[in-house]
Amino acid sequence: MTAAGRGHARAASLEFRGVTKRYRDAAGADGAAARGAVNDLSFEVPAGAICVLVGPSGCGKTTSLKMVNRLIEPTAGEILLDGANVMTEDVTALRRRIGYVIQQVGLFPHLTVGRNVAVIPALVGWSEDRQQARTDELLSLVGLDPAQYRSRYPAQLSGGERQRVGVARALAADPPLMLMDEPFAAVDPIVRERLQDEFLRLQRELAKTILFVTHDVDEAIKMGDLIAVMEEGGRLAQFGPPDQVLAHPASDFVARFVGADRGLKRLSLVTIGDLKLEPAPDRPGLPAFRPETSLRDALSVLLVADARGGIALDDAGRPRGFVTVDAIASALAEDRPGRLPA
Amino acid sequence: MDLIAATGAWLADPAHWQGPNGIPIRLFEHVGLSGVSLVLSALVALPLGLWIGHTGRFSWWIVGSANAWRALPSFAVIGLLVPFTTVLDANLGFTLYPTLIAMVVLAGPPILVNAYQGVAGVDRDLVEAARAMGMKERQILAGLEIPIALPVLATGMRSAAVQVIATATLGAEFGFGGLGRLIVLGDANQDNGELFAGVVLVAALALTTLGLFVLLERRLTSPGLSSRTAG
Amino acid sequence: MSSEPLVRWDWLFAHLGPIADRMGQHLYLAGIAVGLGFAISFALAAVSIRRRRLYPFVTLLATAAYTIPSFALFAALVPVTGLTVLTAEIPLVLYTFVLFVPNIVAGFDSVPWDVLDAADGMGFTRGQRWWRVELPLAVPLVVAGLRLASVSTIGLVTVSAILGDSLGGLGYYILDGYHRHFTTEILVGGLLSIALAVFADVAFVLLQRFLTPWAARRTEKARWT
Repeated sequence: MTAAGRGHARAASLEFRGVTKRYRDAAGADGAAARGAVNDLSFEVPAGAICVLVGPSGCGKTTSLKMVNRLIEPTAGEILLDGANVMTEDVTALRRRIGYVIQQVGLFPHLTVGRNVAVIPALVGWSEDRQQARTDELLSLVGLDPAQYRSRYPAQLSGGERQRVGVARALAADPPLMLMDEPFAAVDPIVRERLQDEFLRLQRELAKTILFVTHDVDEAIKMGDLIAVMEEGGRLAQFGPPDQVLAHPASDFVARFVGADRGLKRLSLVTIGDLKLEPAPDRPGLPAFRPETSLRDALSVLLVADARGGIALDDAGRPRGFVTVDAIASALAEDRPGRLPA
Repeated sequence: MDLIAATGAWLADPAHWQGPNGIPIRLFEHVGLSGVSLVLSALVALPLGLWIGHTGRFSWWIVGSANAWRALPSFAVIGLLVPFTTVLDANLGFTLYPTLIAMVVLAGPPILVNAYQGVAGVDRDLVEAARAMGMKERQILAGLEIPIALPVLATGMRSAAVQVIATATLGAEFGFGGLGRLIVLGDANQDNGELFAGVVLVAALALTTLGLFVLLERRLTSPGLSSRTAG
Repeated sequence: MSSEPLVRWDWLFAHLGPIADRMGQHLYLAGIAVGLGFAISFALAAVSIRRRRLYPFVTLLATAAYTIPSFALFAALVPVTGLTVLTAEIPLVLYTFVLFVPNIVAGFDSVPWDVLDAADGMGFTRGQRWWRVELPLAVPLVVAGLRLASVSTIGLVTVSAILGDSLGGLGYYILDGYHRHFTTEILVGGLLSIALAVFADVAFVLLQRFLTPWAARRTEKARWT
């Protein structure tokens, strides 16, 4: 499942070991209670996985992200990229190896879209032809027609378009790791959902290691292979696959943060196609579900239609089995391992 | 040094404080005319600027030409006015009108442009909210836009005042009186004391005016407004 | 009412050479002052950006210098530096500070924070960030400062005519025409110096537009995602 064989750079593994950040002017005896401080953060992200740092504002998630590319330096602990401490490498070389996408995008206003995407390749000395080819490739990858967008300026783009260019720019040098800080927060919900879906599609193809920060629990569950829930004070409240965090919250805080509807949220992680079902009865007028429908959406349809069950279809549209509310509920009883790459 | 001593001596001499070339008369000419031209200029420029700022009409003209007006060299303006105002001055003992007209003309743009910018710079949402609450246009201008615009207006007045004092000084070269006259006469009489006394007095007047206006600006900025650098 | 016509065209055409020379001198004096003033102001601005606490002092001194009427400043320097180009240049340079420094500082301050953050995060060195990101984006305001200073200096060069016949650029004709009651000469000096100042203003507006192609297109926004 990894893309290593397809000519892309190997994705890197990322590890936080006891990472702490204290600010000198902070309140409290040890200063660790300050806003944005991080406290003894430890977790491992395997190569090719998306790890989402999620938590309330001020919990230190952006600070943690910025310690990976050393925009902020940790007070204690280590961050290991492919096993090597990031502090041992030259900071400029390190940053050029890591893709960085921020909420406001930070596109250079004075450069065209094409030049923006090619910023790092230009900096490290690629030839004009190679830059152009790579730029066109990436613009297509993020869904923007190169011929149309190459010579436009950022001021002429909409929020969603700018965000796509930002992602393309971060991918330009084919980095093994991407850091993304609330990249989709500045656009409206419809655009956001499209960007999320397209990014997941991109990730299926590129299989990069991604550290993603968000304050939105739903986004974390949707995007993450692994979720790191952080609480105020910069502490790690829980780490694990989305389904595990939803099914077994490690503390009251986590339970409250993921929301009282975490059961329903878990249902959105499973689709009709995953269920084992009884044979379908021959009854007219029942709702039908395609295999990619989430259990959450199916449950919603059943409740609204006040039906005892619905017909699950297979990929070809033929009836496969009978979906009842009970069958859906029983899906909650099992633990799902999640989408970790093989 | 010699210069300082000569200047000090000239200023200390009581004879220089009396008569038509005495400091008080010259100061009066300078400040008096500056004040008069500022008022005359403001009478036209201020309402015009406020109106353009509030209604937005003709704003393209201001934005386009504002800097062009700043380009006018005062020396040239005074000089150009001389041949056309000799008729007016025939009755007076000295040349007044070129300098006066130049001062009024040159004070206009800073006052006008800043009045426009001050009012136009008020957040349009605030104005809309005021309108929605039922305030009449004149009330909006007087009660909302002008108070918020005051710091910018004051900076414009300050700019104009500095410009006017400088123009009055220059006017001495074209026959006007004022403190500039001391410089001209000092140069003509090879009297460095007089020349430098003129320089010192002019500089003192200019800097004092600057200081007063800066204080005025500070006073006029409502504590609720964030500090702004304008003009 | 004299029978003299307002404009003596014969005098004008007879003196085209000297007039051109004076115009050249005018631009020369202005050019030195703007160039030197810009260099010094850039240094002052760089210091002010690095040490913000100094900035109010720098602005205060520059404003105070600008407030002192040029006539007085030129006259004051005569006993010290004589009737030379230096006497003319010192005040001209001083007068540019208050126009340059705030605009240069504002120019660098205008670079959006997220652009700087992105540049750092992507691996620009300090130097690369300054050259390739900050400087180009500061250009609009810096050029605005150049525009103000050039126009102002061209105007002030005329006042240097009081320093004698060898200086003053086109201002020479204004003063000489005044002393000789020669209207044509005044018109030549006055109108040409105004024209020169306006021309410089327009030239810098065009330069600014040329240097910032991205600003011109701001109004053409796409409408779909």
